[in-house]
Amino acid sequence: MGVRQTGAEVQRGEDQALLTGRGQYVDDLKLLGMLHGAYLRSPHAHAVIKSIDTSAAESLPGVHAVFTYRDLEEPVNGRQVQPYPNPLIAQDITQYPLAKDEVCYVGEAVAFVVADTRHIAEDALPLIQVDYETLPPIVRLREAMDDDAPRAHKDSPDNLIAQLNITYGDVEPTFAKADHVFKAEFLQHRGGCHAMEGRGVVAQYDAFSDEFTIWSATQCPYLVRRCLATQFDLPESRIRVIAPDVGGGFGPKAGFYVEEIITPWAARKLGRPIKWIEDRKEHFTTTNTQRDTWWELEVAATSKGRIEAIRGRLVNDNGAYVPYGILLPFTMMASFPGPYKILALDLTQDVVFTNTVSNSPVRGAGRPNAAYAIERMIELVSRKLGIDTAEVRRRNFVEKTDFPYQTGLIHFNGRAMTYDSGDYHSLLEKALELADYDGFTARQEEARKDGRYLGIGVSSCVEDTGMGPYEGVTIRVDPKGKIYVSSGAASQGQGHKTVLRQIIADELGVGLDDIHVDIGDTGKFPQGVGTIGSRVGVNIGTAAFGAAAEIREKALALAAEILETDIGNLVFEDGLIRDKGRSNITISLGEIALKLAPMAGAVVPAGHTASLEATSFDASKGPPHASGTNVCELEVDIGTGEVKLLNYCVAHDCGKKINPLIVEGQIVGGVVHGIGNALFEEMIYDDSGQPQNVNYGEYLLPLATEMPPINIVHQETPSPLNPLGLKGAGEGGTIPAANAVIAAIENALRDFDVTIDRYPVTPEYLCNLIDANQT
Amino acid sequence: MADTREITLTVNGKSYTETVETRFNLADILREKLNLTGTHVGCEHGACGACTVLVDGEAVRSCLMLGVQANGKEITTIEGLADGDQLNPLQAAFRKHHGLQCGFCTPGFLTTLTAYLQDNPDPSEEEIREAVSGNICRCTGYQGIVAAALDAAAQMRAR
Amino acid sequence: MKPAPFKYHAPQSLTELVDLMAELEDAKILAGGQSLMPMMNMRFVAPDDVVDINGVSELSFIERANGSLRIGAMTRQKDLLASPEVKDAAPVMREALCHVGHLQTRNRGTIGGSLCHLDPSAELPAIASLYGATLTVAGREGQREVPMEEWVLAYMMPSIAPEEVLVSLSLPVWLAGHGYAYTEFARRHGDFAITGVGALVELSEGVITKAALTVAGADVKPTRLTDVEQSLAGQPANEETFKAAGAEARKIDAMSDTYVSAAYRQRLADTLVQRALATAADRAVGGE
Repeated sequence: MGVRQTGAEVQRGEDQALLTGRGQYVDDLKLLGMLHGAYLRSPHAHAVIKSIDTSAAESLPGVHAVFTYRDLEEPVNGRQVQPYPNPLIAQDITQYPLAKDEVCYVGEAVAFVVADTRHIAEDALPLIQVDYETLPPIVRLREAMDDDAPRAHKDSPDNLIAQLNITYGDVEPTFAKADHVFKAEFLQHRGGCHAMEGRGVVAQYDAFSDEFTIWSATQCPYLVRRCLATQFDLPESRIRVIAPDVGGGFGPKAGFYVEEIITPWAARKLGRPIKWIEDRKEHFTTTNTQRDTWWELEVAATSKGRIEAIRGRLVNDNGAYVPYGILLPFTMMASFPGPYKILALDLTQDVVFTNTVSNSPVRGAGRPNAAYAIERMIELVSRKLGIDTAEVRRRNFVEKTDFPYQTGLIHFNGRAMTYDSGDYHSLLEKALELADYDGFTARQEEARKDGRYLGIGVSSCVEDTGMGPYEGVTIRVDPKGKIYVSSGAASQGQGHKTVLRQIIADELGVGLDDIHVDIGDTGKFPQGVGTIGSRVGVNIGTAAFGAAAEIREKALALAAEILETDIGNLVFEDGLIRDKGRSNITISLGEIALKLAPMAGAVVPAGHTASLEATSFDASKGPPHASGTNVCELEVDIGTGEVKLLNYCVAHDCGKKINPLIVEGQIVGGVVHGIGNALFEEMIYDDSGQPQNVNYGEYLLPLATEMPPINIVHQETPSPLNPLGLKGAGEGGTIPAANAVIAAIENALRDFDVTIDRYPVTPEYLCNLIDANQT
Repeated sequence: MADTREITLTVNGKSYTETVETRFNLADILREKLNLTGTHVGCEHGACGACTVLVDGEAVRSCLMLGVQANGKEITTIEGLADGDQLNPLQAAFRKHHGLQCGFCTPGFLTTLTAYLQDNPDPSEEEIREAVSGNICRCTGYQGIVAAALDAAAQMRAR
Repeated sequence: MKPAPFKYHAPQSLTELVDLMAELEDAKILAGGQSLMPMMNMRFVAPDDVVDINGVSELSFIERANGSLRIGAMTRQKDLLASPEVKDAAPVMREALCHVGHLQTRNRGTIGGSLCHLDPSAELPAIASLYGATLTVAGREGQREVPMEEWVLAYMMPSIAPEEVLVSLSLPVWLAGHGYAYTEFARRHGDFAITGVGALVELSEGVITKAALTVAGADVKPTRLTDVEQSLAGQPANEETFKAAGAEARKIDAMSDTYVSAAYRQRLADTLVQRALATAADRAVGGE
């Protein structure tokens, strides 16, 4: 009997190539006759282009072409396609593939140089003469809605992209008769993508077959294909988009970018393949980020700390354009209640333009923003009423008997936001126990005797995962019994191939090594959606299970005939179908496959259909909801303001885990990302909209030396929404992390009566708070 | 006319003689001229460590070294670590402890740790974290990498 | 982020190097490359000529003689870190080097490069300042000596002509048993410090007989706290003394930038001076 793979810590098949330097990332591709591209980018946050003279650049030896907007024909020269249109968007302004006459952020693409090498292409860039007339930029989030604010787009009436509102319950009456009303205002800043591999495109146009082949470091090859089909006015069948090995995604690689338009367009124009690789400076200035959100909230609470209603507003910086619809702002609001029963809620969000790089989801996609905000309310109630923060949570959590629980809000899929299963109370207790929360007071007091300031913070979250519509899987068995699997799922390190192999190995009784998986290629699987929002594991798991079930049914039907037995007697084992009763009676999966796919002259057995294969688009019936509670213990050095993270505990519930190794990796990586947001990552602009810290010396990513041990305890409340009980795990580490850290700092500095009103927190900021409260 | 030089360098035990443009850095040479694309370029300003290779046994950021400076040197890249298809103890430990996800930073971590563990066969966790503080990983949160390094060090000491 | 084209030179001797630098009009010296190469990759600098001095082996040495430690400009940071001479003669330098960059950068980075690049918070210039080191510079006309106090002309600008080359530095070795400390505050390990402090003390029966104190990162150049040093002489090595020294240190000139204010740098100087003195006193022979 084989070992059960699903649920086991299976080492990844992907690793052999990656560990030996045989990964195939977009910059590793070399095509015959390939040229190299570089984009000229706007040095101004806001300007009008009066003229462009490319002649000097074009004459540089080694330069093949220099393109600007005037070289583009219709429909390519239209604004880039909006992948997520929505009637709520008041000003749906997307970027022109190359700037037409107005540039709206530092980094906006103005021209494209194609040359023999990237070096030469970069030599040509400063030779392009652009006559800019600068315009006043709007840079600061909180000024964007002022009447006299500069317009991010010169012909716009204002800077409002959309105003969103969510409301349910009796908000005003509840506030009117509340025991207590507390207020808070705070700023959050999430920072950039900073996958270690930037974006990149290699594009080839084959005139013979009239087909584009585009390799892009993307999370969503099918979205790119669809958008390009519109942008170029071509059938999707003429565009093949391949996500090769991708070095991290985290959200910003999930969108549609102008370089994915221009690079292929130029390849067709010149009849040569073209490679464009984003360098790190471009990554800072042109890849989408997720920056400032400002909140003003009021909470109505009982004297016992039960939150009855919340109301308020938020303003969200979307940057210069709307490349990703309002998925991010929407998610920020839809997930606001978190694991708590909030019976009345009213929130209004202004989504605004600024003359900075566009914002789109970064790991967590607005959920970290919402989680932080609701956790601030919990902390506020806790502090004002003197009730322990863990206890406030217990009094406000959705009960385990409440599931399925409808929050009162609508999910991005248009249906009522419904939590499928969970046990938030038990999860909290697990986290507190793992963190030795009860022993903390003693630790804190002991440290205080040495003049050291320890703090502890708790943070809880819910994460809707597994968003639809599907992520399909094809399974096909060949005459040797080898299994071929194809899926549209793209991977940037999540180990999707391994996960598929595990499930299929179990369902078909074959070895992991008998299964070959192709993913992320629109030419190898017909339809797909994309790797975002912790959705792929859930959906490919469900689809793989469904496809395998079809194959089992098909194979069993024929095997039963051939072996002259009942289907009920048959089991899959080691590549064979075996009669339980007569164990020497077997037929291999390969033989069945051969019988269903014979050569010329043969016959497919009557009553059976050709080819032992199945394609399933089965998906989770609704979004499964993962949950987590994080506890962070840290020390603040009041001499320097340094925060030293001592211990971090996560209690995590993602339902059934297909591969615990992969789940833990996602949690730990996610927590570190959240720590980065809380303490380190900040994109700083000057008043003219110039990004200031566009290198890794000044933009701080978490390093190994500053990270605490991250301990994890699991809980499994399987999802009833899919047969394997799966919930997503990609972002649950990040979502609650900021408050765990921030609340711990406030706890450490309790003697100084510190309330933190922004993150990331810098040592100087903490010193100022400490000094302000020194008595 | 581009400024070029002829250089001879040994990479993973094999000798190469190439004419290179002097402004190409060592990472460019390895990737473009020698088709050894296992070394990755992450930042081109000496911060992320993805481009780390061994030059005469020492961990060096190949994006900050000109290709011409590698003349006469022995370079080891990620492609030179395994014994054919057999992963070495460090590589095997990375796989076992899930010390890589997207794999992009991995070449730099492997070469850095290879050099470090050679000189420091019995490091503490803190020392390992310090040793890799010049390498950025955005996926793993470092925990799997540290576990892998400690495990590999133990394995190699046992030999 | 590819550099602009340049002409490459690789002199093999100091004489060849000096002659080359005298001829070339727009040349940059390439030593460890850890500072120059990023700037070239980002095209912040685009010299016509790059002069690679990694072949000038005579510039790489560590010598102890006549109460001084002499170090060649091309000596790599990793060699300084591993050197028994440095550990013995100038242990504070070794401690400072632990904060310098990372493994990979120290394998290539040189002391000369650091002294010529002159990042305000760089540890090696701070050490040179702490010791009142003497720098030797070579040009066509011969060699000249520059005391560290005169080395920093302006922000990231050493007092060296374009055709000159830094050859070595020399620092006076303190008595065996002296106390030392280098402590800095950086956001992450290996980052450029926001502020750093180097301290040297000699104690006799718990009293400070000699002290040297430098603050790095507060101003464009390392700031030797000569007044504080003088007031420390004769004081007991205790918390009260260190606090007073810190309070004085807080008054130094400091810069503000995008990330950090002058006031915060001054606050750090205060805290770090106290901590550095405490550690140095602890390590000194002759405490109570």
